[in-house]
Amino acid sequence: MKMPEPDKAVIERRTQIISSLMKFVPNGSIISEKKELSVYESDGLTAYQQVPMIVVLPETVEQISQVLSYCYKNNVKIVPRGAGTSLSGGALPLADGITLGLGKFNKILEIDYDNRCARVQPGVTNLAISEAVKGHGFYYAPDPSSQIACTIGGNVAENSGGVHCLKYGLTTNNILGLQMVLADGEIISLGGKHMDSEGYDLLGLMTGSEGLLGIITEVTVRILSKPTSANALMIGFDSSKQAGKCVANIIADGIIPAGMEMMDGPAIEAAEAFVKVGYPLNVGALLLVELDGPFEEVNFLIDRVKEIANSQGAVSLRVSRNDEEREQFWAGRKAAFPAIGRLTPDYYCVDGTIPRSKLPEVLDRMSELSKIYGLKVANVFHAGDGNLHPLIMYDANNPGELERAENFGSDILKLCVEVGGVLTGEHGVGVEKRDLMSVMFSEMDLNQQQRVKCAFDPHQILNPGKVFPTLHRCAELGRVHIHRGKVPFPDIPRF
Amino acid sequence: MTEVLKPSDSSQLEDIVKWAIADEIPLEIAGLATKRGLGRPILGKHGNKGNLVIGHTVDLSSLKGVSLYEPDELVLTAGAGTPVSDIEELLESEGQQLAFEPIHMAKLYGHEGGTLGGLIACNLTGSRRIKAGSARDHVLGIKGVSGRGEYIKSGGRVVKNVTGYDLSKLMTASYGTLAALTEITVKVLPAPESMTTLLIFGLDEKTAQRALSSAINSSHEVSGAAHLPVRPAARLSLSDIRNEDSSVTAMRIEGFRPSVVARCESLKKLLNNFGVIEEVDKENSVVFWRDVCDVNPYNEMKEPLWRLSITPSMAPTIVEKINKVIAGCAFYDWGGGLVWYKLDEYLNDAGATIIRDVINTNGGGHATLVRADDNIRSQTDVFHPQTLALAKLTSRVKNSFDPQRILNPGRMYMEV
Repeated sequence: MKMPEPDKAVIERRTQIISSLMKFVPNGSIISEKKELSVYESDGLTAYQQVPMIVVLPETVEQISQVLSYCYKNNVKIVPRGAGTSLSGGALPLADGITLGLGKFNKILEIDYDNRCARVQPGVTNLAISEAVKGHGFYYAPDPSSQIACTIGGNVAENSGGVHCLKYGLTTNNILGLQMVLADGEIISLGGKHMDSEGYDLLGLMTGSEGLLGIITEVTVRILSKPTSANALMIGFDSSKQAGKCVANIIADGIIPAGMEMMDGPAIEAAEAFVKVGYPLNVGALLLVELDGPFEEVNFLIDRVKEIANSQGAVSLRVSRNDEEREQFWAGRKAAFPAIGRLTPDYYCVDGTIPRSKLPEVLDRMSELSKIYGLKVANVFHAGDGNLHPLIMYDANNPGELERAENFGSDILKLCVEVGGVLTGEHGVGVEKRDLMSVMFSEMDLNQQQRVKCAFDPHQILNPGKVFPTLHRCAELGRVHIHRGKVPFPDIPRF
Repeated sequence: MTEVLKPSDSSQLEDIVKWAIADEIPLEIAGLATKRGLGRPILGKHGNKGNLVIGHTVDLSSLKGVSLYEPDELVLTAGAGTPVSDIEELLESEGQQLAFEPIHMAKLYGHEGGTLGGLIACNLTGSRRIKAGSARDHVLGIKGVSGRGEYIKSGGRVVKNVTGYDLSKLMTASYGTLAALTEITVKVLPAPESMTTLLIFGLDEKTAQRALSSAINSSHEVSGAAHLPVRPAARLSLSDIRNEDSSVTAMRIEGFRPSVVARCESLKKLLNNFGVIEEVDKENSVVFWRDVCDVNPYNEMKEPLWRLSITPSMAPTIVEKINKVIAGCAFYDWGGGLVWYKLDEYLNDAGATIIRDVINTNGGGHATLVRADDNIRSQTDVFHPQTLALAKLTSRVKNSFDPQRILNPGRMYMEV
């Protein structure tokens, strides 16, 4: 992975850029000391580091607008950053760019229970929204595992999911409006408190656009009434294949659980050793199924899922007896990443999605790859929606092992695409999967995506070097190719 | 001369668009052409020699058929020209449905039926919006031919996918102005095993709004929340309701039987103060919500019809303010978030100025002139006018797909 060559002319203007920025933002909002800058050198994808040229921490939308307008006119690149928890390098700084931190935008502006929504600033953490409304029995549904730290602005940029998105949807299904600043400093609003945004669905386009189209300055999220009860089952199977069949049968029976997660043998062992919550150690796959809703519904469905699990040859089955036990079931799953981290000096978390029916095939081929690369892998899996998280174990101190782990990861993602899936389910493309984009998209597809980028950001100052493997100039992409002189399709029926 | 061209596959469609680009001829993109009355009339275009070039129609109804349906993966792929009714029948045979509850809008224009492509291109979403989301929330992938004559794809067949920009959402609700759609993949969901509707008669609009709001705010997962004043209620199919000669406020509860029974009981207790609550069984519920979704009370009429997407709690106030100036009547869906407003009189702009002013100053939202004669629709903004900055951005997005304005030019906005 190579980042675009830094523009030396811009780096040489650094002092001048800083003094210009000081006109727009208050004292203390600009970080330029090397030592302080290094705090920002990477995000959740720590394999890549780059100290930014400057960090700016604006306090108002007008300041953001002025900073962008300046950068637009002076051709200075910008990397937006929320809490820096991206797992795909979305907030990886540029040597010739400004990292624009939105941490000071941390206020909940309005909670409107009558219309079941909240207006929040982008630096508010995901969990803080649910915390703020829980007194009224509401919550914000998407719950990425980094929810304590990750911000709603970052969630929008990455279209974050979480364990509960099987039933309640991703970020894109749970927001109603945005305010944003375009690359040229123009401030626009999309949607609002109404339930469908007008004109083109730019709200949908912005969600998951990885900071390449605009700076999000305000988000209107939907809040939901909390289900009155929830209960979970922990089901062990001899093989992932059986567990996968059980998942298919649950859904075929018309049941959409609030969450449905699977772990394979190595992941179960690691999690149990770490949190000791009573996971069975003699099984090949563990399925966690959570059902929520009215008490009567949950009870009814627990029995139905039990029946399905037993008919699929479950070797162990426990139903949580209370909320505490339910949370214990989840504790192992939620701690799976750090648990793996205890077994290996380093691990690399892959994030692809496959059609669920392809799971046995993908797992088989993954173990073959594991042998070829000589690296162990543990699997946690959002089973309900086919989102795989293989954790590849390696030691970065062994020369070449990081590259081997990355290549192994690439092969897994190519495999996901080959069986009808996609390169990334929830972590984003960022820099990590950028060079794999052509595995999934044709040049024509990618050019169209980049033309949309040009419609928002014609000078390509926002987060360049991410998502797209090749940067094209907007003028070059804009050309229309005209095919003249053809006989107009004699074969097409006309009326 | 205007022709109707009927491509039998995507490569023929590509040829048509490329030819139209070379000859600068605008194309009207149609499925079964049942919703021609929705949107602005397509603009003709001045050719090179100053002559007016009338466009051709591209009929996509041959691009039909379900190419993939895996019930236990909750996914279906079909050609854009596939009739929605075919898809609904197929899903029903497996106990599933399009969860966003499509609106069958053709009837408003005196037609029947419609295609998946039309449904998605117009993002037509019925009463279940409040629980299950809109059409756009269920689109997983789209293939189509852009106004550059390029066959492009976006998304895929899996729900969790953040690979690249979500151009599928962008093409959804773009009324055929960005790409002529050829194939669409949607998420499907199990159809509910049981369904009950709770009715309260005789509430005024503000009280009804409060009742609907407390129902949606409860944890009872209401999947429909509508209020019909006396006049639209008198045009419903169910004679028991029609004959009440009263307004009706309705809430739908769906799911597994024991759950529906329990939630209905809880909801009845919650809404006890609003009046006597009656229950409607599944069979009649289906008829009732079909009427509400498809705007049947305002079918078989010609008067201008508006669709207002607004802040739910503001709905009665907005309607009251509009009614002070215009003669018309409203009914409410989405707990007030969606209002169908039919004019009783003919006005030059179909009331656009007053309706939009009231919305803009009462919590925001937008109003679409869903039905009016061609004359009014070519002179009045059918879609809510955008701020200058947003209009410019919209135009640049259009440019990125269709710089020559070949596909449905003017259908959404004059410049787009």
